[in-house]
Amino acid sequence: MKLRPSEGNARWWQLALLVALLVGWQLASRNQQFAFFLGEPVQVAGRIWSWFMPFAIPPNPLFPEGLAGNADIYLHLGTTLLETVLAFVIGTVLGLACGLWLALAPTASLVFDPYIKAANSMPRVILAPIFALWFGLGIWSKVALAVTLVFFIVFFNVYQGVREVSPVVLANARMLGANQRQLLRTVYLPSATSWVFSSLHTSVGLAFVGAVVGEYLGSARGVGYLILQAEGTFDVNTVFAGIVVLTAFALLLDAIVGVLEKRLMKWQPRSGETEKI
Amino acid sequence: MAAHALELIDIRCTFRAKDDHGQRYTAVADTTLRIAGGEFVSVVGPTGCGKSTLLNVGAGLLEPSSGSVRVFGQPLSGINTRAGYMFQSEALMPWRSALDNVRVGLQYRGVPDGQAREQAEAWLARVGLAGFGDRYPHQLSGGMRKRTALAQVLALDPDIILMDEPFSALDIQTRQLMENEVLDLWAAKKKAVLFITHDLDEAIAMSDRVVVLSAGPATHPIGEFEIDLPRPRDVAEVRVQPRFVELHTQIWNVLRDEVLKGYAQQLKGAR
Repeated sequence: MKLRPSEGNARWWQLALLVALLVGWQLASRNQQFAFFLGEPVQVAGRIWSWFMPFAIPPNPLFPEGLAGNADIYLHLGTTLLETVLAFVIGTVLGLACGLWLALAPTASLVFDPYIKAANSMPRVILAPIFALWFGLGIWSKVALAVTLVFFIVFFNVYQGVREVSPVVLANARMLGANQRQLLRTVYLPSATSWVFSSLHTSVGLAFVGAVVGEYLGSARGVGYLILQAEGTFDVNTVFAGIVVLTAFALLLDAIVGVLEKRLMKWQPRSGETEKI
Repeated sequence: MAAHALELIDIRCTFRAKDDHGQRYTAVADTTLRIAGGEFVSVVGPTGCGKSTLLNVGAGLLEPSSGSVRVFGQPLSGINTRAGYMFQSEALMPWRSALDNVRVGLQYRGVPDGQAREQAEAWLARVGLAGFGDRYPHQLSGGMRKRTALAQVLALDPDIILMDEPFSALDIQTRQLMENEVLDLWAAKKKAVLFITHDLDEAIAMSDRVVVLSAGPATHPIGEFEIDLPRPRDVAEVRVQPRFVELHTQIWNVLRDEVLKGYAQQLKGAR
């Protein structure tokens, strides 16, 4: 068997690298000072266990104090995911509506242009305190923050998508007798949707970022809140555990989007795909 | 005499350059073209002479700078709803399957879904694509996409069919096949056809009448030829008839100078 990394055994090499990193980390954290700043992989794993599992583990050599089975992360995780999904849906719908409107109304787009540019270049995370003031410390201030992130991604993609509808397809639809409403439904919207989907991975990621950052800046629950609490008590292991959980769920969301994309965009040619007739 | 199916009267189209409003380009000038009901008219001309401009005027997609368009005697305003337009480039909606593409025009006109589906399937079958209805345009070959586009146009049963070099992107075999199919369908329905092409052979083989346009700018008709070849024709076989060769020589004599002029102008423009 060949041991050099190749397409076939890439998965094993990826795993090996992960194990090597974890072992290196664990060894480095035997030093007390290191462990204070970097945490310990085993402790991080233990933390994640007590977050998710309802069973306690009795004291053993790895965990001299044993592990509590709190299963207490679900409320926080649920909150964060709820914020993400809400922000994603609201941001996408708003972006789609505004993008379609401005792309189809040249006068409006002419007037609004500098404002949109300004709103887009503003570092929007800075809005978090204002949203906290407006919407309180509940989920809506986080949703609002994440919406501002998602909105612009979707908005610009839809705007572009409508602008770049093939003029021939458009002329053809008009010749076939489409009125304005039918044009919107059968030409502009599907064309814009394909652009929205190409940005979906980014916008789901940003919805998640918005939710977590919002929680981190002030909240009563959520994974960002857990991380903030742990940081306050110098509990590095919990911070890392929070990061691991967030990463895992970001990957999961991305995978869901990938499946959806494949389902809905099957009309798009993929490079290298050959069809047998 | 009954009104013509499509009349373009004294058409002039002047375009202004987008970045420089002082610069104007007259694509078409003083062009009058009449097509009787059921007549198959081809327009040939050198490349870039404004053939498509003329067709867009007839379709109502482009408003002429001056002149008028009449459809069955009525002045045209907006889109020409009695015409079907087959475009030169890809005009199918890539996000709709072949069947949905053929059906979309019927849906626009408010035909009930089930009925629209039935008609669309029948049209797909008629252009030889039965069983390909669920494929997306990118899964079809160039010829199949053209057939779908043809079915899309014909499904609406237009009284006038406008075709803009519809087969120029096809290989010669597929092309002759499709030309014959179009002739068969036309013979069955007898619609007025305005067919734009740069291929003289194609024009003579298919038409009742061939109109030759001058090189641009300010394109205008410089010759008209009745094609008195017997029908039904086979586009491959008709080419060897002596009368075909005779007509070809006649028309080519008029067209050749324009082609050379157009070519010289393109060279000058490129420099």
